[in-house]
Amino acid sequence: MSNGVSGADPSGLGPPPHLGTSEPPDGGEKPSFVTRYALAQKAGGIVVPLLTVFLAFLIGGVVVLITTGSNPISTYRAIFDGAGLNWFTEVGSYEIRLPFTDAHVWFPWNVNDIESTAAFNLQQTLINFVPLVLTGLAVGFAFRCGMFNIGGQGQYLGGAIMAVWIGSELPGLPSVVHVLFAVIAGALVGAFWAGIAGFLKATVGTHEVIATIMLNWIAIYTGVFLFSLGGPLQNDTQPFVPVSNDVVEGAKLPIFWGDPFLQALHVGFFVALAALVVYWITLNRTTLGYEVRAVGYNPEAARYGGISVARNYFLAMAISGAFAGLAGAIDTVGWAYRINTNDVMISSQIAFVGIAVALLGRNKAIGIGLSALLFAALVTGTSTRNLDPEIFKPELASNLTVMIQGLVVLFVGADVLILSLFGLRKRRRRQQSEAATE
Amino acid sequence: MDERPVLELRGITKRFPGIVANDGVDFDLRKGEVHALLGENGAGKSTLMNVLYGLYRPDEGEILINGKPAELGSPKASIENGVGMVHQHFMLIPVMTVAENIVLATEPVHNGVLLDYSVAEKRVQEISTRFGLAVDPRAYVRDITVGQQQRVEILKALYRGADILVLDEPTAVLTPQEAQELFAIIKSLTDQGKSIIFISHKLNEVAEIADRITVLRRGKKIETLPAAGATEEGLARLMVGREVLLRVDKGVSTPADPLLQVEGLTVVDDRGITKVKDVSFEVRGGEIVGIAGVDGNGQTELIDAITGLRKVNEGRIQVGDEDVTDEGCRDCLDAGLGHIPEDRQHRGLVLDFSLAENIALHDYDHPPASRLGWLYPKRLTEKAAKLIDEFDVRGGGPQTAAAGLSGGNQQKVILAREIDRNPKVLIAAQPTRGLDVGAIEFVHRRLVEERDEGRAILLVSLELEEILSLSDRILVIFEGEIVGEYPPTVTEEELGVAMTGGGRKAAA
Repeated sequence: MSNGVSGADPSGLGPPPHLGTSEPPDGGEKPSFVTRYALAQKAGGIVVPLLTVFLAFLIGGVVVLITTGSNPISTYRAIFDGAGLNWFTEVGSYEIRLPFTDAHVWFPWNVNDIESTAAFNLQQTLINFVPLVLTGLAVGFAFRCGMFNIGGQGQYLGGAIMAVWIGSELPGLPSVVHVLFAVIAGALVGAFWAGIAGFLKATVGTHEVIATIMLNWIAIYTGVFLFSLGGPLQNDTQPFVPVSNDVVEGAKLPIFWGDPFLQALHVGFFVALAALVVYWITLNRTTLGYEVRAVGYNPEAARYGGISVARNYFLAMAISGAFAGLAGAIDTVGWAYRINTNDVMISSQIAFVGIAVALLGRNKAIGIGLSALLFAALVTGTSTRNLDPEIFKPELASNLTVMIQGLVVLFVGADVLILSLFGLRKRRRRQQSEAATE
Repeated sequence: MDERPVLELRGITKRFPGIVANDGVDFDLRKGEVHALLGENGAGKSTLMNVLYGLYRPDEGEILINGKPAELGSPKASIENGVGMVHQHFMLIPVMTVAENIVLATEPVHNGVLLDYSVAEKRVQEISTRFGLAVDPRAYVRDITVGQQQRVEILKALYRGADILVLDEPTAVLTPQEAQELFAIIKSLTDQGKSIIFISHKLNEVAEIADRITVLRRGKKIETLPAAGATEEGLARLMVGREVLLRVDKGVSTPADPLLQVEGLTVVDDRGITKVKDVSFEVRGGEIVGIAGVDGNGQTELIDAITGLRKVNEGRIQVGDEDVTDEGCRDCLDAGLGHIPEDRQHRGLVLDFSLAENIALHDYDHPPASRLGWLYPKRLTEKAAKLIDEFDVRGGGPQTAAAGLSGGNQQKVILAREIDRNPKVLIAAQPTRGLDVGAIEFVHRRLVEERDEGRAILLVSLELEEILSLSDRILVIFEGEIVGEYPPTVTEEELGVAMTGGGRKAAA
């Protein structure tokens, strides 16, 4: 839409904000998808993500009703319970142990996961929350620099493979050193992996989407090769199982809630929360973040301002990959402890949910945190282990999750549709009628 | 001239949240006349025309076409009512021919399904001969000049049966010669009964082409007056609401040492075409050197090379005592260059950044804006608040996104940023393009002030009037070469000849 008429402002006082901000600069080529997406984001604020989720759940509910005849509301209720979110509603009089002491104090929720299924389910949700936050941040950071990092899977895998390798070797290393080494090395592998795509974009202009997709497959088949029977990192004691060695005790992340022999919540949860803060600070309080955002919004103006666009493409991709690599490393030393060739293909796909997390969270730290929680709850609540099969078959429900996830991505991509559906922006209508005459 | 109005807008009011863009505007258009709509950016011209074109629904008021009330709910309805619009930015498909573009969406068909482009070409030829709009229907749009593309847009409107043509800032993209050709076309259109609404903020051309002029200011109609007898000063006063200085008030220059020296500069563009050939000149402190030329004669490449945005193939560039040949952009800035880029929205500003962030664009990476990579947003805000105040930027504060400002205020932000860095050399490329009278006055005054401060100012402009009124010396660039140097007393005609290559031999 290159329309000089609508581009000029209709008043002497500058244009009303909703008119001026999203008009593309006049006289130029069409803005890229990323630019238009960034503009759409600004226009919608918090309302659109909420509507998006609402609409996705609504459509999901209709599908549940039509295809299975189940009651959508009780189905969602079961997913809610399966995710352990009912834990917060079950208020009572319980005790909690203060960290680093043996003292117990009163607490309104039951933290004992043997007495409370909700507590156990919630732990599972929070375990899923960690990689979703980190892969969401990975996608978000690249987006803020105007790039679409679709290679979270490869970077996650790189981090996971590095972590399992370091974690299963070097026994006898002091625990703190071993864990840190495994996690940091994993993040660096992720940074390196995405950095390749960033470097290619910066130097020869290879589109990052193509490069990261290719790198995903390289990572996947490297992983399959490493852990297949006879592969270099295949298990030393079980020659007929295509799995890595186990991470040694000293290299495992400490557990702070739950039974370590089941799957319990590890301190990676706090790493994820810290990553959200780091993400916000980096973007908003450092010169690096200033450069990244300037390049993301307008590379030409950034160059004119003396910023090296190529350097920022590379750095932003590397940082993005570090988040994804961190996710893989933390999952490995936090609860998975080993990788088999199946995991290489399947588990790493959590990184794709990270795209939905970032899109729904609008690439903002707080938004990514909240949408990671939503998706973690969905993934956990619909898993075979957690969903009450009498209400809805979990095999179907996990598909429901994928469906809702897809709808969210679709709707976020179609912000305009959501906006016009709810009649929030008259401007949108004008644009459509304009488009119709061109 | 027929006195019956073909179009009447009565009491049009259009409100946007917080703003009344049109406030009870009356407007009428008689058959066969050119009625100019004059106003500053943001005065409500565009809103009014969007109402006419069916893009906005007015909150109050009515539209009469040929005396009958018309319901213009969509552009389609407007077209059916004979309203045609030629936008400032053309909406043509470069890879299609002229005829294909014109018949788009109303393609002639034979046997029900097959497109019949020979019929299309014939019809286009008919219309174009009838109104004197010479253009080859078989040429591809990407191959024809901007002036011809505009004719295609006009033909498109006529093809769809327009009797009322709205031309939005039609001369903004044209050379002086092309503008004259356009005026001839407009005459021929009105002679054959078409009526034209001519939107502009250029006073001289409005006085030349229009029969009547309606002035809008802040959404209100100020006056409708006959063009005969209207003076530029009078129109400017109506537009801005106060006395405006149309001529630049400047004293004699006192040139000092050369601050910008360019020697034997040659620049080859990405496609291997030599855009700047062996160019040498200097700009002294305290003088404004203007570079005149037709668009696309190497001005952009010259500026990009000087400011470090483009590789230098041969030659030397010196700022002050420092050789900045092939230094990066950052080093050129640090050597004392200030640069007001020709495209303020694509290059000069990050539109999604706040004003504070935009003002920090060159200085964010060192104290006081930041230290060791840590940014101090509060300091950015403080500095922005100071400059916004000093340069009288209106329409927002330090946290407003740059996209929310009008063009004039955006340019003030850039000006503030570049001047505040206290540069030795200030390069101003098209500094007033698309600005209204008040903003132009501000930019010109400020440039002269900076000259008097002792800065060396290189002004590149396509507007001859601007070059003539600001420059102390004028260089003419043609096909990448400096083909002449003239004093500011030179006439527009002389410059015009030199700009099109006529002066190459006679170069001083």
